Parts: sequence; C-alpha cells; structure tokens
Amino acid sequence: MSQTITEFDTIAAISTPPGEGAISIVRLSGEEALATAEKVFKGRDLSKVASHTINYGHIIDPDTNEEVDEVMVSVMLAPKTFTREDVIEINCHGGIVATNRILQLLLSHGARLAEPGEFTKRAFLNGRIDLSQAEAVMDLIRAKTDKSMKVALNQLDGDLAHLIRNLRQDILDVLAQVEVNIDYPEYDDVETMTTRLLLEKAKDVKARIADLLSTAQQGKVLREGLATAIVGRPNVGKSSLLNHLLHEDKAIVTDVAGTTRDVIEEYVNVKGVPLKLVDTAGIHDTTDKVEKIGVERSKQALAAADLVLLVINGSEPLTDEDRTLIKTTADSKRIVILNKTDLPQQVDLTDLQKLVGDDAMIATSVLTNAGMDQLEDKIANLFFGGIENSQTTVMVTNARHIGLLNQASQALDDVMSGIAAGMPVDLVQIDMTRAWDLLGEITGDSVQDELLTQLFSQFCLGK
Amino acid sequence: MISEGKPYQAKAYDVIVVGAGHAGSEAALAAARMGNKTLLMTISLEMVAFMPCNPSVGGPAKGIVVREIDALGGEMGHNIDKTYVQMRMLNTGKGPAVRALRAQADKHAYHEEMKHTMEREPNLTLRQGVVTSLLVDDGVCHGVVTATGAHYEAKSVVLTAGTASRGKIIIGELMYSSGPNNSQPSIELSEDLEKLGFDLERFKTGTPPRVDGGTIHYDETEEQPGDKEPNHFSFDTPDSQYIDVKNQLSCWLTYTNEHTHEIIRENLDRAPMFSGVIEGVGPRYCPSIEDKIVRFADKSRHQLFLEPEGRRTDEWYVQGLSTSMPEEIQQHILHSIKGLEDAEMMRPGYAIEYDVVSPYQLRNTLETKLIKNLYTAGQMNGTSGYEEAAGQGLIAGINAGRRALGEDDFTLKRSDAYIGVMIDDLVTKGTKEPYRLLTSRAEYRLILRHDNADLRLTAMGHDLGLINDEKFAKFESKKAAITAELNRLKSVRVKPNAQVNEWLAAHNDAPLKDGVLAADFLRRPEVTYADLMQFIDGPAEPLDHRVVEQVEIELKYAGYIQKAEEKIAKLKRMEAKAIPANIDYEAIEGLATEGRQKLAKIQPETLAQASRISGVNPADIAILSVYIEQGRIAKVSQ
Repeated sequence: MSQTITEFDTIAAISTPPGEGAISIVRLSGEEALATAEKVFKGRDLSKVASHTINYGHIIDPDTNEEVDEVMVSVMLAPKTFTREDVIEINCHGGIVATNRILQLLLSHGARLAEPGEFTKRAFLNGRIDLSQAEAVMDLIRAKTDKSMKVALNQLDGDLAHLIRNLRQDILDVLAQVEVNIDYPEYDDVETMTTRLLLEKAKDVKARIADLLSTAQQGKVLREGLATAIVGRPNVGKSSLLNHLLHEDKAIVTDVAGTTRDVIEEYVNVKGVPLKLVDTAGIHDTTDKVEKIGVERSKQALAAADLVLLVINGSEPLTDEDRTLIKTTADSKRIVILNKTDLPQQVDLTDLQKLVGDDAMIATSVLTNAGMDQLEDKIANLFFGGIENSQTTVMVTNARHIGLLNQASQALDDVMSGIAAGMPVDLVQIDMTRAWDLLGEITGDSVQDELLTQLFSQFCLGK
Repeated sequence: MISEGKPYQAKAYDVIVVGAGHAGSEAALAAARMGNKTLLMTISLEMVAFMPCNPSVGGPAKGIVVREIDALGGEMGHNIDKTYVQMRMLNTGKGPAVRALRAQADKHAYHEEMKHTMEREPNLTLRQGVVTSLLVDDGVCHGVVTATGAHYEAKSVVLTAGTASRGKIIIGELMYSSGPNNSQPSIELSEDLEKLGFDLERFKTGTPPRVDGGTIHYDETEEQPGDKEPNHFSFDTPDSQYIDVKNQLSCWLTYTNEHTHEIIRENLDRAPMFSGVIEGVGPRYCPSIEDKIVRFADKSRHQLFLEPEGRRTDEWYVQGLSTSMPEEIQQHILHSIKGLEDAEMMRPGYAIEYDVVSPYQLRNTLETKLIKNLYTAGQMNGTSGYEEAAGQGLIAGINAGRRALGEDDFTLKRSDAYIGVMIDDLVTKGTKEPYRLLTSRAEYRLILRHDNADLRLTAMGHDLGLINDEKFAKFESKKAAITAELNRLKSVRVKPNAQVNEWLAAHNDAPLKDGVLAADFLRRPEVTYADLMQFIDGPAEPLDHRVVEQVEIELKYAGYIQKAEEKIAKLKRMEAKAIPANIDYEAIEGLATEGRQKLAKIQPETLAQASRISGVNPADIAILSVYIEQGRIAKVSQ
C-alpha cells in the first residue's frame, strides 16, 4: 500500500549538542522547510523575506496558540545552502525543554526526523560536497545508523509497541472489512463497512492516541526532569538548598531578604531522579517593582511544578506568610523542610504538623548538611513510588514517536472531515490507511502484506 | 515423448509467441500490430483464448486491467464486448475508484472471436505445435524448436505456457499428466528452462464441476440479473450495441449447507489437498471448497454462484465449489445443495499443479534477466486470472516487438496502471501463491480508476503504434471536452435565487447567500452534474455521459486526487534514479547482509524499486544512493 518515500521529504533535527550552550539550533531541510516553519512561526512572513536573512519572532503551538520560545529564524533558500535544498535554522533559547518542544512541533507539522548523517548525505547527493567526501558520508551513515538503531530499539518500549500494535490491529480490522467490501462486493458474510462505522472507529482510535499522547507528559518527567519548585518566605535558606543540590553557587545568596530576583532553572540528578529545579524569588508581598515580576513568575512556577519543596525557617516562629504558603501548596506534591536546625528552634512542631497534615516533613540544616541525605532519599522515594503506583506504565517519550502519533491523530481528523463532507468509504479509507501507516512507522511494521494476510485469514473468500 | 520429429530449418520470424491463452493472444497481436512478422505457436488451436475456469471477465481491479489493455491497444476489451452474455457494474454504491465492470462470457464465442481476430491479422501466423526447447546462444534467445523437429529463428521469443507447464491434474485418487481442460501438457519446455538455469516453482489451482443447466432447479435459487444501464469495456464500443437486459443471461445464487460440509468432512481422507498428494501452493483468495470447510469450520454456509458458460451450451459453472475431491464425492456434494438436488454433473472439478518461473528472475519489461530476448508472461509468471495474464501478455508482446524493431523498452509504473502495480509486485516481491490483482495492492487506487484508463494510457498506446489515429482523435476530443467543461464550470456562477435555495432546502443543505462558482456548487456531496444544470446554462453542445462523469469526479474528489498526485510526483523522482545494471553489491561496504542479498537477487532497476524490496532498510537505500552518485561523479570527472 503505502511506501515511505524518504529521499525528498523535509527533514528536521536539533543540530547543536543537547543540553549545552546558551543557544540551540533546530535545522530543517527540504522543499517543505519554509512551509513547515511558517506553520509554527509568528513574526515576519517568512515566505516574503530575502534569502539568507535572520528573522526575529516566536514559535507558537498552532493548536493551542501557546508561545513556546522567542527565536531568531535563518531563512536560506536553495541552492546556496549546505544541503542545496531550502534550509531553515531556528535559533532558540538553549534549554532542553524549549528545543525539544520546537522539534516536536515541526515533526507534527510535516517534517520527518532526520536520519543520522542525512543532512550531509543530501549535501553530497545534491553535489554540494565532492567525491573524496563520499566515503566519509557513507561511514557516517553506517556508524550513526548502528548506534541509532540500538537507541531506537531501546526507545521503543515493549509495552508501547504492544499498545501501538493493538491500535494498528483495530484499524486493520476495519481496513480489511472495507477491502473485502470492495474486492468481493458479492460476498455477503461480511457487514458492509459504512462511514458511520468508520467514524466510530476513527473516534475510538483517536481517543486512544490522545491517551497515549497525554502520557507524553508523564514521560516528559523522565526526559526533561521532575519540575521542582523551591518555595518559602524570604531568607529561609531556599537558595542555599538549591546551591547544595547543585554543589555550586549559581543563585545569588545573601542575608538580605529578596535578593533572589529571578527564577533560575537548573537540572540536577538526585539519586537517579532528574530534577528540574526552580528556585523562586521569595514569595511575599512586595512593593519593589523589580521583585514583583519575580514574585509573579514564582507563582506560575509553583503552579507548573511536579514537586514543591517548601522551606520553613525553624529558628523563627511560624509567620502568617508561612501559614499562607502551607495553604497555597497544599494541593501540590510537596516536602516540607524545616531548615536551620543548627540554630535554636522556635517553631511549634505540633502546630506545624497539624498544618502540614500527612505530607512529608524533614528537618535539615543546609549549613551543616544535617538531614540532607534523608531529603534526597525522600525525593527519590516519592518519584519512584509514584511511577510504580501509577496506572499506566506506558509512556511516550521519544520526539519521533510523539510526532508520528500527532500525525496519525491528524489523519484521523481527516477521516472525520471526509465523512462530514459526504465522501464515500473508499476515499475516507485513504486517510485511515495513512493513520495505520504512521503508527506502523513507530513500530517499524508498515508492510502492505499484513492487510492481505488479514483479508484472507479473516474472511472466507473465493470464486 | 515416444520419438521426436527429424530436425529441419523452418521459416524465420521477428517475434515468436509460445502459447495462445489470454497472455499469448495479447502478446502476439501487439507484436504483429507493431509491424513484426509474428508466429503464435499453440499446443491446440481449439484452446486459443480459452477459459478453462470461470466464464467471466472483469470485476474489481481486474475490470480496470481490461480497460487498461484496451487503452494501450490490446484486444481483451473488444473481444468480451462482442461475446458477453451479461454485463454488471459492481460497487456502484461506493466511490469512483473502486467501481468495477464485470461480464459473463460466452466462453466458446470468446475463443472463436479471438481466434478469428488473430487469423485476420496480416502479420500474424497461428500454428499448432508443441515447443520443446529454446534456441539459446551466449545467453541470447534466438528461436524455438518444436516436437515435429522445426527450428524457427526469431529476434525475440515470448513464453506463455500457462498451466500446461508440466501440468498435472488431480481428481481424488486419480492423477495424470495434463494441461488445462485435459489438453496436452508441455513437459520438455519446462525441463529445458531448468537446464538453462531458471528457478521454477510449483503452484496449484483448481476448478469446480460443471453441471447440466437442464437439471438445475432455478426456482430454489436467487436470480442475479445483469444491468439495464449500458456499459462496455472498450472505448470503441458504442452504448447502442448494448444487449438489452431481457436478452442477457442471469446467474443464480445458492449456498452450501451443514449437510454439504458433513459430506466433505467425512471424506477429507480422500481429499488430495489434505492427504499430501498436492505439493503446489494454492491461492488463498480462491480456496477449494474442502479448504474453506477446514479453515472456516464455524461457517454454516458458503455462497455459490451458478454461471452460464455460453448461449449454445447447457454447461453451467458452479462458482465457489472448486474442488479436487473424488468424482463420486463431488456428485454427493452437488446433490446436497439447494437447487442442485438433481443436477447432472457434466465434468468433474479438478486441481491442477504446474510449473512457474519465479518472477524475481524477470525485469519489469518481463524479459528474463538470465536470457536476453526471452520474455515470459501470464500464469507462467505465477499469476492467476485471465485479465492478469492478458495484461502481462500485452507488455511482454510490446517489449518483444520493440526489441525486434530495435526500439527501447516500455514499462508502466505503479502510478500508471494496475498492470504496472502487478508487474512491479511480481518482479520486486515475487509471489508465494498464485498472484491475483486486488484493488488494495494499488497505493494510488484513486488515480487508477476504470473510468480514466483511457486518459491515463491512450497516448502511450498511440505512441506504441497500437492505437490508430482515428481512435486517438476521438480520444483527444473527449479529453478536450472534459477540459473545456471544467474551465466553464470554474467561471460560471450559480446565483442565490429562490429556485436554488428551495432545492437546497429540500436536500437539507444550507441556502446560498452569495453567488458561488458552479464548480464549487458541484463539490457539495448531494449535488450531481444533472442537478447543477437546472441552475446554470448547459454547455454549447450536450456532453457524452463519460465526459460528465470525468467532470464530476475531477471536481468532487479534487482534494484526495491532489494529495495522491503529490505523492506520485515525489515517487517519480525516486523512480528516475536508475541503478546501473552492472552494479556489484558485494563491493558496497556497509550494506546490511539481508539487504545485500535481496538487492543482488532482485537486481532492482531504480532506487524506488529497491526501496520496495522487503528486507532492504532505509540505511541500505541511503548508502546505495550515495554509492551510485559517487560512481556517476567518478565517470563525469574521468
């Protein structure tokens, strides 16, 4: 049926090393490079700008209108480019999250994830580099393919493959039925597949793909880290805690309340749990305008956090502000840290315990390291415990998989709009088949013969 | 053979075709019509274009092939239009891509008509005889030898031996060497092919018993009449020649039942299918009745269609009851079926085993890779069905003819025709069972419709010299009429008056507020071209319904058609990347072992074909494309 045409489609990849550098570049090459970039770019009309220009704007998720990142986009039109095809380079803000998200959007809007060495291969095939480099290109494809195949295999978790295969089997049953209706119109043992039945199936499969995509959020934790917000009123030791976890001085730490002016994001590995640490400016009512911005952002960070570390200064009695913070974080997964145990304790523990309820509480002194091991153990337990207890263990984490799932979901949308437009079953079925093929690309199972096998094993056909 | 004829030098020809079934007939006619002195050798002149199995032509996918053959200048469409006894359009409730025309044929008239057409072809000679070996020197075929000792020289040779190749008929415990329908088998030729180094496989097919129509109780079965609306296979046949449905013959539907299944189950030990007697691989889509009962044990009945074999015979074909059970059991089976309680069996069903040339050994011109100027076509290449055979025969005949004339190869792509899909499947993937065309084998089904076969292929047929100028001019005027009407509808507007809006309201559709282009109005699912004509002026001259059909399809399914065409355009670029014939896959480092073996075996001619071989992965294709480019640059710089 369908065959993947890989030679002339538009490819995308992150072309800077992951997780390093202040700026990351996502590169697109191919005939559709410009059109694909335009779908997710807000700013100047890229189709009207001169070639070899850099253009300021934003990457937007067109489905939600959400702004993903502030970017500079280089437009380089064929033939004077590295690959001799149209090339677009999106310069974004370096972080793993934003860069992955941008790549994801491109993959969901028409681009395919580049194979290893593919930009170089195209450069060669289009005559950009000379013969002496051909061997090197092939070595590159060879070497990177071996490696990426291993990686790809590891990335395709057995349970995910199983789920995708179930989805494909369900679509295949429908396709086989449509095919039997077409190729054996007089065969009366099989129900006629109507667009109504097809619509039901498309909705069902789309809902299941949406479920899978929602686990992409959970999978995100593994890939991007557990978003962890450190909150507490000023000068309770938040930045010291952050620095301790980071083992280096990145946040500005002083004894003057309110010196942490911005949200700082850092990644740390705590006993195998990737934490994306968000140190927040002290959340307290402030008249300082500069700091006010920081406070607003802290509240946002809090809302988006997977884990909240609430720091309380044990050497001072609980203030109203502490009580407010305990209340505002009550719905989050949190650990309450009673800090500064090296100083004389003023907090009424029974009072505090009542306020915190069943949530974990740990006494520490960041200064003397007391209690820090217990804290790290607690974080690891919370995380791994959560994973074990969660209902679905299947997670979609791979950018390519997410892109394909999104495309399959769009194909199912096309099925539905075709049905709404009154198209006959055999035309609507084209998009259904496309969804099936796209899912097959995840598991590597896009083989047409499957359909025929299904046809002849399920139905008793003959002349 | 008891003794052979004494060798003698016979006349030389440009092209020799061996076998006069559906493949051979098309091959011989094509070669001759292109101007080649052509000899058609057949074991029996009584078997020319004979239908040893079902008496019908067309149906899903197959019907489209018949139209493709017609557009390329082949004969099958003309021949069935002259000899059908019933015509029916299938899948009328579905989209345009899958509508399918099927005819019930008068099998004797079909044979006679084709034979007579060939007899009248000036460049074509029909001769009865058994070809026993090929004349081959230095890997080049230059003629054939017959059992009578005749040595015929030729510039190219097409083999279409069908199921006669070491054919073996099996009916229960009875087994004997035979071609189809008890004709003489072709044994020496198969042995010669093996000697020449061809890889042969063993396939099996079967046919049901025939019964005397005078003994059928038709009133116990359901009538399946033909269509009132006229339709033909050939572009040339006018509607006025359509046989009134009253004068068409009906088919009749009946079913097997538990009692039938009981009889079969009790006698499975006598079924060659299950006793290990049959070695050949049979088709999944055309199982014998015993196979159906075993594989689908939970089904309480199976459909059977009773089909007339012609106007001047009372033999009826029992479609769905293909079997190789013993004759005695076949009679019990027949008598267990409603409507056939008293049926007299005229011929028993049988299974036939035969040799096929594994099709990976062929190029997509159907020339063998092993021996130059030698082509094979039809059932011999592992397919099943008259239409599949005829389609291949036409392509092989065209290429053999062009070779004899010193012209270049002619091939069809997957996006050109079902014939292209079939040949690409055969030579790229091979087949493990008799291959039948199904619409699901085509990835561009919407483009490969039966209604546009002429638009897709007539120009090619004309270039090949198989479509005469008169027919071509007629075709061009149809094409021009379609374009003109499409352009007109894209400029005329439908005005939002009371008449339009009443009509729309009656059809549960939103009323018009502003004028819309007629083309856009026609895109509404419930609007037909005839409806549209109530609201705008008609064309200057009334249009043929076939022109109207194209206009409707082009507009209504534009979105899907455009998507398919974009995919085809991409694919064409990969089809254009030729792989050099002398490429040494062992010399390319980095290919995966499986990929390397498959590539060396299949020897794909383009990168696109290479990418369709199972077991060849994208990295192999990437490496291959770089390697080919490297060679190209090296050549240029030398």
